[in-house]
Amino acid sequence: MIYLRLFFEFFKIGLFTFGGGFAMIPLVKEAVIENGWLTESQFYNFIGVCESTPGPIAINMATYVGSTQGGPFGSIVATLGVVMPSFIIILLIAVVLKNLTNNKHFKAFLRGVKPVVIALILSTGIILLLKAVGFAGITSFRLDIASIIIFTLLVMITFVAKKYFKKKVSSIQLILISAVLGIAVCCIL
Amino acid sequence: MLWDLFSTFFKIGLFTFGGGYAMIAQCREVIVESKKWLTEDDFFQIITIAESTPGPVAINTATYVGYKKNGVIGSVCATLGTVLPSMMIIFIISLFLEEFMKNQYVAYAFVGIKCAVAFLIMRAGMGMLTKMEKKPLPVITFTVVLAAMIIFEIFAVSFSSIFFILTGGFIGIFVYSILDAKKEGNTK
Repeated sequence: MIYLRLFFEFFKIGLFTFGGGFAMIPLVKEAVIENGWLTESQFYNFIGVCESTPGPIAINMATYVGSTQGGPFGSIVATLGVVMPSFIIILLIAVVLKNLTNNKHFKAFLRGVKPVVIALILSTGIILLLKAVGFAGITSFRLDIASIIIFTLLVMITFVAKKYFKKKVSSIQLILISAVLGIAVCCIL
Repeated sequence: MLWDLFSTFFKIGLFTFGGGYAMIAQCREVIVESKKWLTEDDFFQIITIAESTPGPVAINTATYVGYKKNGVIGSVCATLGTVLPSMMIIFIISLFLEEFMKNQYVAYAFVGIKCAVAFLIMRAGMGMLTKMEKKPLPVITFTVVLAAMIIFEIFAVSFSSIFFILTGGFIGIFVYSILDAKKEGNTK
């Protein structure tokens, strides 16, 4: 039953995502690939779409996967799944557990989780970069020159913007620049 | 009131690009300054709660503010308001994306976008890493998990990161609250 599966998988993601948007990327990746809902490359393409549309990444992901797997009803079920845990937990805190966030054990738990979340986020970024430049498995490595050029240019652009113009390049600007670079570099090569 | 909650959070959901943290600033402006639903202190308490509980910060904030203003029904309206804009936009995109990706220039653009996504994820991670407490336990946890994730990926081992999250949390409880409590007991 696809609807139950969607609900359950996204409920799990909603329940275990501490620390906002980027922290859920590794969890969603595992869920969609294990269930065969998206290929890895479709998944990463879609993160690009999420970054350039409004709203929390978690909601965007759930709606997209739900819709491609189960149509309009699938998208509703998956989104409901990802929202439910937060909704229930926050209501519990507001109504009965007013002091949970001051609880010593709860604080200790979060303190322990934090470095794990940072490592999960960074490893996701590093793995994605490895894949983009051509790593496809332990035995196959085919250097993707276009991606190397684009990535280097992006690093240079953000560095120059920060150093000489004191400006942080926003996510949307970076996605737009990278799209233009992608077309330009691929056409030239 | 219910309509006000819904429409306010609908606007917040519609105009926040780039995830949770961009949203906090906008929420504060609307909820504290223009609507005066909460005081500055209350708002920051909510953000602390939203950040330390699982789930998207935007949803947590909406649920909490909604509840404070109008009980359970208020929290439903506010949460629905936050979710609906993204849902509608992404649903429409989902109908066309695969078709759209078949265009060669779009495919080229996504070669670039993939690099930008890797860059953005790493930038977010590095930002958090520089703020992490530089003590032995967090540094070791961080290194072990990072190395394990990359090695698993290279050797194509499938593994759930929920295991790492829970292990990290329980080590945290053990080290920070139980051992600290013992230490305090000894010094007394």
